[in-house]
Amino acid sequence: MSEALNEAVTTSHEEVKSSEELVDQTLVKLYFCTALTFLTVAMLAGLLMAFQLIRHNPLRGIELFSPGRWRMVHTNAIAYGFLANGFIGALHWIVPRLTLQPVFSKKLSWLIYAAWQGVVGATAVGILLGEAQGLEWGETPVWVDPFAQLGLGLLALNFMPPIARMKGPIYVTLWYFMAMFVWTFLTYAMGNFVPEYFVTGTSAGAVGGLFIHDLVGLFVTPLGWGMMYYFVPILLKKPIWSHGLSLVGFWGLAFFYPLQGIHHFLYTPIPMFLQYGAVVSTIAVELVVTTVIVNFFGTLWGSGSAVKTNLPIRWFYTGMIFYFLTCLQCAFQVTLTFQKIIHFTDWVVGHAHMVMFGVFTMWIMGMMTYLFPRLLNRGWYSLKACEWHYWLSTIGIAVMSADLFLLGLFQGWSWAALEPWDASVEISYPFWILRTIAGLSMFAGLLVFLWNLLKTWTSVPEQTAVADVSNAATA
Amino acid sequence: MFESKAGILYIAGIGFFVLAFVSNALVPALMYNDLPEQTVEELINSNLRYQFEDLARRYPDSFKEAYGESPGGEAEHDAWWNEKCAEALRYGRKLYVGEGCWHCHSQFVRPVSNEEQRWGPVSRSAEYQNELQRPVMFGTRRVGPDLSREGGRRSNDWHTVHFFRPLDLSEGSPMPEYPWFFDGSPDKPNARGLAIITYVQWLGSWQESYPYYEDYVPSRERPEEEEDAEADNEDAAAEDDA
Repeated sequence: MSEALNEAVTTSHEEVKSSEELVDQTLVKLYFCTALTFLTVAMLAGLLMAFQLIRHNPLRGIELFSPGRWRMVHTNAIAYGFLANGFIGALHWIVPRLTLQPVFSKKLSWLIYAAWQGVVGATAVGILLGEAQGLEWGETPVWVDPFAQLGLGLLALNFMPPIARMKGPIYVTLWYFMAMFVWTFLTYAMGNFVPEYFVTGTSAGAVGGLFIHDLVGLFVTPLGWGMMYYFVPILLKKPIWSHGLSLVGFWGLAFFYPLQGIHHFLYTPIPMFLQYGAVVSTIAVELVVTTVIVNFFGTLWGSGSAVKTNLPIRWFYTGMIFYFLTCLQCAFQVTLTFQKIIHFTDWVVGHAHMVMFGVFTMWIMGMMTYLFPRLLNRGWYSLKACEWHYWLSTIGIAVMSADLFLLGLFQGWSWAALEPWDASVEISYPFWILRTIAGLSMFAGLLVFLWNLLKTWTSVPEQTAVADVSNAATA
Repeated sequence: MFESKAGILYIAGIGFFVLAFVSNALVPALMYNDLPEQTVEELINSNLRYQFEDLARRYPDSFKEAYGESPGGEAEHDAWWNEKCAEALRYGRKLYVGEGCWHCHSQFVRPVSNEEQRWGPVSRSAEYQNELQRPVMFGTRRVGPDLSREGGRRSNDWHTVHFFRPLDLSEGSPMPEYPWFFDGSPDKPNARGLAIITYVQWLGSWQESYPYYEDYVPSRERPEEEEDAEADNEDAAAEDDA
């Protein structure tokens, strides 16, 4: 059904290649499985750090299990192992279908896959051996950076030709993807080389802030929204509500997002006028985000029951609600008034988790829930397990974020009141324990999903049409 | 333009990115262009030398194993200490980054939230214009205290025990243990232990005054408790700073 719709939406040509010719499905599956492997590693690393904070780390005192190193594995495995692999898998599904053109070279696709896993693996090994680079979200050892840069270049080379060969205006999804190929390449180059080799001190801080920010805003975000603009109309079987708002959303993000990097380092010696600029553009982007959210809820209008019956749609829209909350939170926490209290506290950790898990992980999970039955040509082994995956993840991240926001305020007030440092650690314990429980819930959700996937994979393929997970709950 | 490939590629993709890079990265880089970047050798000051030599006095065997022995002669003696101290600082910073210390300890004091009272003077740009802040170690989270004013606040003995088993000194501390900085016990720091402590003792050692600062005491020749010598050294330290 949705395949047919997909083609109807995107096709104006006479001859249409079948999706088997266009999409390398084996590669998509491989990317997804790799992404899930790294997600498992990343969540285990996060749990290790969580147990360290509540002083119950079972592996303490072992150099290779040093929580500080695994903390960096946690974030890097999420960014480069899970999100990047999940998204590249999605690119391989989406771009050939939207453009009706295969990628530039299928051999190159496989080379990129292998090279990227080499980059991620070397990063993990480098970090565990104590070779990290002193750059947040860019701890990839300096000797890995050139290879990662090359990989990102090849990725653009592989996906740009099908887009370039298209005639006429291109669909919203491709705006985001096209810009993303340029942004990601430039962001990685800027963040990993400039503060290491060209500038130092305060200006390096400004570049580092830009990098942290652009990695989320110009790499992960456009991929995520590009995916939403592609999958939501297909699943709801109707076009996006307002094309005008799509335009506002894209161009607003493109203009305001890159200007905000310095808001990660407010009250540092970075000149105040630059800090004000970052604050203002952060608040501006929240208005843009609102238009995007309105656009998507406008699309949902009239089909609201899909959220109950259609599991991928539920994942997507839950992610959007978290996205709106995150950005709304941004608009407040970026002000100097909030910064006094919440900077350096667990509030920021809660914020980061709400974005990375509550939004982008949810979107990738929704996409996988939708695509695995199509890739494997059989329905989910257990729809109940799909539900468990959703609820364990959603409740986990909601509890974790709320817990950390509240804790952040308490920490900030404790510090400002000049209480002894130990007091701020003392009040953190109950919150850290609850955070660990929430993390375990999210991890349990993942395990249920992995078990379900394994069972599905080993079950007998269906001869009939793909069981549609879109109607999961009614089945 | 807004939906064309060229518009998206050149205006959104490249144009807006470059605009942001110029305004947010190039501007501060040009503003601080006239502040010369100090090398590690230039960063060594008398407070740090005191701590470094103190390490040699407290853990002579470990120190000898890591850095060998100072050659005789006044001039070579001084150069040797500085050289080894620079070596320790560079290595210490690598460990600080590699162990992820900077993810739980910040290195800047803000002008708000009473931070000046808790940590000391608010951070200034010039403090970061050196080789050891490449990339800069501002940090974004404080699970533990800020460290930019840590140097000299606590003794080397305190640091060895604390790195070995933080809970022995800081009740309830969630800081991990670092037994691999030692050869089995806290009184035997290895090359890594000595380097990381030197790095931590460097942080803030450039401050002109510090409430808990231990004054610089030159190695060897100084007789115990001699006030004249101490006064002289303070003068010397003041000259160094100037």
